[in-house]
Amino acid sequence: MNIIEAIGLTHEYFRRDEEGNVEGISVALDKVDLDVREGQFIAILGHNGSGKSTLARHINALLVPSEGTLIVDGMDTSDPANVYDIRQSAGMVFQNPDNQIVASVVEEDVGFGPENIGVPTEEIWQRVERSLKGVGMWKYRSKSPNRLSGGQKQRVAIAGVMAMEPKCIILDEPTAMLDPQGRSEVVRVAHELNKKKGVTIILITHYMEEVVDADYVYVMDHGHIVLRGTPREIFSDVELLRKYRMDVPQITELAYELKRSGLPLDDAILTEQELVDSLTRLALSGRNG
Amino acid sequence: MLRDITIGQYYPADSILHKLDPRVKLFSTFIYIISLFIFKGLSGYIFITLSLAIVIRLSKVPFSFMIRGLRSIVILLLIAAICNLLLTPGVPMFQYGFIRITKIGLENAVLMTIRMIYLIIGSSLMTLTTTPNALTDGLEKSLSGLNRFGVPVHEVSMMMSIALRFIPILIEETDKIMKAQMARGADFESGGLVKRVKSMVPLLVPLFVSAFRRASDLALAMEARCYHGGEGRTRMKPLKYHLSDYKAYVVSVLYLVIVVVLRFHRFSL
Repeated sequence: MNIIEAIGLTHEYFRRDEEGNVEGISVALDKVDLDVREGQFIAILGHNGSGKSTLARHINALLVPSEGTLIVDGMDTSDPANVYDIRQSAGMVFQNPDNQIVASVVEEDVGFGPENIGVPTEEIWQRVERSLKGVGMWKYRSKSPNRLSGGQKQRVAIAGVMAMEPKCIILDEPTAMLDPQGRSEVVRVAHELNKKKGVTIILITHYMEEVVDADYVYVMDHGHIVLRGTPREIFSDVELLRKYRMDVPQITELAYELKRSGLPLDDAILTEQELVDSLTRLALSGRNG
Repeated sequence: MLRDITIGQYYPADSILHKLDPRVKLFSTFIYIISLFIFKGLSGYIFITLSLAIVIRLSKVPFSFMIRGLRSIVILLLIAAICNLLLTPGVPMFQYGFIRITKIGLENAVLMTIRMIYLIIGSSLMTLTTTPNALTDGLEKSLSGLNRFGVPVHEVSMMMSIALRFIPILIEETDKIMKAQMARGADFESGGLVKRVKSMVPLLVPLFVSAFRRASDLALAMEARCYHGGEGRTRMKPLKYHLSDYKAYVVSVLYLVIVVVLRFHRFSL
């Protein structure tokens, strides 16, 4: 079943000059088609200004389409009556960890979402415990968010969304402001939630390494989806990705360069292990032949 | 300078005071403030000092922590004291040129300073033993009657709790901007008052810009988590009175009665 379905989704906004007069229309999303099945791990790639954050905000009904339709969990986002149900089934984690934590105690912040949707007190506590344990932050429950590291804050933010028991979580560049350790923490938690709890994850990022384990990848450029496919399909065409100002994972790049200089390696190598395997096979066959 | 602000800071500890319902604490702080303005004479003074000492003891918050909050208002205290000292009319006790100190003036100055110090200590005692969220919950619950008169009680208390949450973040940010400006040759420490105030402009502008950006981000994040005002909201930590809370109510009322009695009693000094 498709949890998210976009047909010709378009978002336009007016550009205004300093007096507030309309100068022109910018198109942030241009006829985007997207379908995400329940339980998938989706990655959306794109450089700055490619429209990927605008797309994320549409899925959470923070923005409404100018044209086209977007169906989230069977509900049309352009119908104002659906807004809170949509936000409940598609939670969102933002980029800046400080600017999305509301309360001054970790557990109270996780409880904020359930409080808003009117969950009874007893159940709020159960949900808070479950989601904090899910992201491995249970022992920090009575700490102040200010004392946590960036990666920990982002995990608290994810727990805050999890406590609303969404079917789908959109992570809008959750790792952009984190150090490498925080980055891997957050991505690991996202994968765990996807595998163990079956939550659909949409990870928006520009770090190629985070995309490798996704089920499906979309690449955006100027409001269009320009590439779609499995990570292996996407990263097989290094030249094309460069055209969209995207990098490839380091390992893929190394393999690509090796291949270009004449080593007959496999196509689209994504992980270190694959490169090692491919090289050993090559060395063995070289010795035998 | 900025780190001395202890307003709204919570000191975690396991004490009777920490466990009390925030509504009781708000009520007794209110009673305490009233008592500071009606007490009179040495007996009242001794009684209030003793009570304050006991409560500080019960709170398990180190005394030095409370004193730190006073540091930032020393100048205010001095101004108030000097005004009282110099401007109170009466029979002069001491005169030198235009400086004239009267007995009442001296008394007023001392009393006023003590009152203000007690006021700050008492109210910071409340914020030190109550989490900001409990405090705003308490305020919201206590003032919910005002809702009928169109006062947006929930919204105001939500704003307060968010403000309290962002105080440390904005302080850190101010520090960062200050260092960044200093690295480019800005000077915040020398010069007269006018020059110093002027030097704050390059600090305040980026601070405001970033505060607005944070506010917009936070609003978006709150909306994404289904926030839509106080309507239909449940509570994770609902306020419930316990036996100790009722006792505390009785104690604070008794306290006020004693202060009033001491004031009007003919034995008062």
